[in-house]
Amino acid sequence: MLDRARRSLARIGHNFIDNVWRVGAMARFFALVLSASGTSFRRFRLVMREVYFTGVLSLIIIVVSGLFVGMVLGLQGFETLQKYGAQESIGVLVALSLVRELGPVVAALLFASRAGSAITAEIGLMKATEQLTAMDMMAVSPMARVIAPRFWAGVISMPLLAAMFSAMGVFGGYLVGVVLIGVDNGAFWSQMQAAVDFRYDVLNGVIKSFVFGIAVTVIATFEGFDAPPTAEGVSGATTRTVVSSALAILALDLVLTASLLRGAH
Amino acid sequence: MERTTIDLWFGAFVLAGFAALLVLALKVGNLGADNARTTYRVEARFDNIGGLKVRAPVRSSGVLVGRVADINFDNERFQATVTLALDARYGFPKDTSASILTSGLLGEQYVGLDAGGDDKKLAEGDRITITQSAMVLERLIGQFLFSQAQEGGSKK
Repeated sequence: MLDRARRSLARIGHNFIDNVWRVGAMARFFALVLSASGTSFRRFRLVMREVYFTGVLSLIIIVVSGLFVGMVLGLQGFETLQKYGAQESIGVLVALSLVRELGPVVAALLFASRAGSAITAEIGLMKATEQLTAMDMMAVSPMARVIAPRFWAGVISMPLLAAMFSAMGVFGGYLVGVVLIGVDNGAFWSQMQAAVDFRYDVLNGVIKSFVFGIAVTVIATFEGFDAPPTAEGVSGATTRTVVSSALAILALDLVLTASLLRGAH
Repeated sequence: MERTTIDLWFGAFVLAGFAALLVLALKVGNLGADNARTTYRVEARFDNIGGLKVRAPVRSSGVLVGRVADINFDNERFQATVTLALDARYGFPKDTSASILTSGLLGEQYVGLDAGGDDKKLAEGDRITITQSAMVLERLIGQFLFSQAQEGGSKK
């Protein structure tokens, strides 16, 4: 009885220490990636290739989900706003919730599961098949050749994807609000423009998605690089990428929202 | 330099991203023409500004002529000092009056300007002396109830 309690306590402690170790290792990994980034800019073609795989191929899911999220926001918002006779404010509701929150956050969550998991699996498999070791043997730094381009590609694509998500969402809200329900077109846009501030709302959303881009790609590349070189290890690392990216995105979102909103007032 | 399909995709992706940002800035946000115009600032003191906020519109005859640039509390007169940034295209007489109004029943609050008859125009740094404070709903209801009670009392 006492023995079992001690063993489970020891397991909890072990897991905790393991997680603290991961955070520290990830920070060191981040610093290494930054210091190895020179090659990515000297050979920008490498980054462009990765932008194609992470950004361009995520376009369809981002655009379609953005449209649907905007349409749902329009429908739900109309239901509630109608009670107060303020259905013209539907544009404000859709635009503000997308630009401030849903655009960066949902786009980052989709990006983590669409591109982050792929990055982890790719790097993990490269490690399992000893391609990374082979590069090291040929005096090609895998940090500079494999990791850094993927990191910068994610950092570049994330804000652009989030902006496209928000723009498509506003269009979806327009489709439902103006075309389908018949809210006045002029009121829809003019109230939106009066309420959405470029600096406080749009730019803060871009800052958020930029930070999310860094967080997701660091987690994805680290998990891939750190994965045990087995089939099981790679699959576990892929799962961990999606889970810890989602947690990191939501936690960072709270911190960023608190500090950015404070800056606005 | 050789051209590859990746270049094309990268370019299209970045262009689409910036186009989306531009749409957000111009169509959704307020980075329209009214930010770039030159303005002049005038001050107005109010006893109560209600829910007026910085960047609230300043209208005259319902037309947007400027925005609220700054709101401060004057600790000597115990009044609110509101700085208005007015569009340089519009000039107003010196005895123009400013009042804090509400658009619609529950809408946002804005500053309304009613032009006076003075020959001289307001210039940078001037002060609007005739002001009317925001209507506070609680006070209005209080006055209404008070007058109702008075009427009821006089009828008896």
